[in-house]
Amino acid sequence: MHALTLPESGHYDEMLLDSGGIRPHYRDFARWLHSQPPETLARKRAEADLMFHRVGITFAVYGDDSGAERLIPFDTVPRIIPASDWQTLEAGMRQRVTALNAFLHDIYHEQHIVKAGLIPAEQVFSNSQYQPAMQGLDLPHRIYAHITGVDVIRHSDGNFYVLEDNLRVPSGVSYMLENRKMMMRLFPELFASHAVAPVQHYPTLLLNTLRHASAVDNPTVVVLTPGHHNSAYFEHAFLAQQMGVELVEGQDMFVKNNRVYMRTTAGHKQVDVIYRRIDDAFLDPLAFRGDSMLGVPGLLSVYRAGGVILANAIGTGVADDKSIYPYVPDMIRFYLSEEPLLQNVPTWMCRRPAELDHVLNNLHELVVKEVHGAGGYGMLIGPAASAAEIEDFRQRIIADPNNYIAQPTLCLSSCPTFVESGIAPRHIDLRPFVLSGRDISMVAGGLTRVALKEGSLVVNSSQGGGTKDTWILEDQS
Amino acid sequence: MMLSRTASQLYWMSRYMERAENLARLLDVTHSLSLLPQSRGGADISAALATTGALEACRARHPQLAAGDVMHFMTFDAANPACIVNCLKYARENAHAVRGKITGEMWESINATWLEARQMGLEGRPLAGFFDWVKERSHLFRGTTYGTIQRNDAFSFIRLGTFMERADNTARLINVKSHLVGNAAEDSAADFYLWGALLRSLGAFEAYHELYRDTLSSRRVAELLILRPDVPRSLRACVDEIAELLPRIKGDTGHRAKRQAATLHAEMSYGQIDSILDDGLHTYLTQFLSQIHDLGDAIHGAYLEAA
Repeated sequence: MHALTLPESGHYDEMLLDSGGIRPHYRDFARWLHSQPPETLARKRAEADLMFHRVGITFAVYGDDSGAERLIPFDTVPRIIPASDWQTLEAGMRQRVTALNAFLHDIYHEQHIVKAGLIPAEQVFSNSQYQPAMQGLDLPHRIYAHITGVDVIRHSDGNFYVLEDNLRVPSGVSYMLENRKMMMRLFPELFASHAVAPVQHYPTLLLNTLRHASAVDNPTVVVLTPGHHNSAYFEHAFLAQQMGVELVEGQDMFVKNNRVYMRTTAGHKQVDVIYRRIDDAFLDPLAFRGDSMLGVPGLLSVYRAGGVILANAIGTGVADDKSIYPYVPDMIRFYLSEEPLLQNVPTWMCRRPAELDHVLNNLHELVVKEVHGAGGYGMLIGPAASAAEIEDFRQRIIADPNNYIAQPTLCLSSCPTFVESGIAPRHIDLRPFVLSGRDISMVAGGLTRVALKEGSLVVNSSQGGGTKDTWILEDQS
Repeated sequence: MMLSRTASQLYWMSRYMERAENLARLLDVTHSLSLLPQSRGGADISAALATTGALEACRARHPQLAAGDVMHFMTFDAANPACIVNCLKYARENAHAVRGKITGEMWESINATWLEARQMGLEGRPLAGFFDWVKERSHLFRGTTYGTIQRNDAFSFIRLGTFMERADNTARLINVKSHLVGNAAEDSAADFYLWGALLRSLGAFEAYHELYRDTLSSRRVAELLILRPDVPRSLRACVDEIAELLPRIKGDTGHRAKRQAATLHAEMSYGQIDSILDDGLHTYLTQFLSQIHDLGDAIHGAYLEAA
């Protein structure tokens, strides 16, 4: 019925085996898919587009002068993960985030890991994301990253690898929730025939995590947004609304007597926990960037005196920096005395002369990233780049080797996806969200991003990526 | 309790929507009057402009004040911040910033209005149809608001914006017409058209005949539009709503605003048209406008800025 393109052999496809067979956890779905007339599915896709537009789930693209809002394309073939895979992923992510929080506490206190010689001091302390203001500051429950997004991919060997940790202001969770809502609306029958783990309680878990972050009884929680021009504004408003808390901008708050207040129609109200969706540099013009109009003057001094909780804490960026990433497995061993359950992608650090040589000699088959880059900007994908692009990047690396790391070109697994010619494999990744409060909580799910261009490995929405609903199947046994 | 900024955006969202509607009403009537011969009170488009405070800006752009130019200036000219399309744009921008506080249906209504208005500006839609369309979209937005939003502070600030703007706009309209009519003791034939136009622009023509069953006289029109509580665009009706809304807002702030609204409400409840006319309609309306502006400042200070 559907024009189905098979994956290239040697790649890992989430649904299809090399032999053309269907993996067990996709069998019910595949049977259903083949029973659906293509016109029906096309109509459902159009319906989804219309609904997303009406709800206004859009994002702004940086550097697009028209300032237009665009829809992130939504694909209706779900990414299905069997229970056994999820157990590994979940345990691995809990372990990883626990170690990252321990690392942050350590480097802002005694710095055991540096003294033990596991991580070179200059890697930490001359990192631009390291915040001296956090030194010696004690946080409740020693939690720095209350909300973490861990990007994982499945390689052609069938194993999951962590691509990067996001400990600053990870976004995307609203798409996880809206994609599920959309799928349940479009295809209710699929949820009757599949035991899909629910995700809709995420805002409740998030609110609990934020409330537990404060020692105050019944704390007032707010979401701090840079405003409606920000690309993730929809998500900020969505989460505030789902949690039933105020969505504030910096101008709505002020500092008085070592407390933070917001201006309301009933007078000034004290704020205890700020789920901030703006970067460290913009939080407080008195302490960081003086030209920031987004922050609250004096916020840092209140924070240091314990008068308000910021989630995530200031200075978490030092732990998700690409130059620190290669050390995460060592952190797990050092702080938890455990072996990592999830593997890192092998990484060459250009700052080391021997590894730099290897990188420069193999640029055509490596992915090279800027240490501080994000969003798929400023990276080289060797196998897809022209000779001129590789040469250009080579000069940039030689000029500033400390600024680059390189990794083998991983073959992200693929998942069948609706494209113009029918259904074809497209590469995907996965970002589950880990909440750290008194304990760690997660919903069984995450955001699956899909590179819609044939063969492309770049899944970022700013670079033409789309999203899928992610189904964790509950164990029926 | 809500953020002052949010309250301010809700308030201005509905003020701009109401302003767009009143502009459409004003221009619609001016447009039909301009079709009448001069002796019947027609043509003076600059009077309409004067009510909006945009006369000087328009003269700077179109020194001849030709009717077609003025109409374009007041409807689609993006360079005029006070034109209808810009009012719809500001209403939509405020709604966008508080999308989480209004219902999806409200957002869709206000967003579709702006998108369509912008399109009409590009296509050059005939004006008469355009004015009716603006009124309809304003009715639709108000109806959607009444029919979908929770009765909380957000609703109060939205309504407050509507009636503050309407009180201001109605007073300006009467003020200009009364100025045109002048102080002659006897109503002339030309005045008949002017008062009729004023009633029509405020949707009160039918109410007049229902209530008075008599010919148009300046005294009765003034009474109807200033003091009658049962005519929804009269000054009294607006002040009734404002005085009722302010005490309903939760919290212990806004004493000055509440006191001013209550005072104004008492003055109007026990006001008499003869004493207003003795002092002069223009004097009364000028004073009313300044009271409304003071009240607006008090509302801003207490709720919308809360510095």
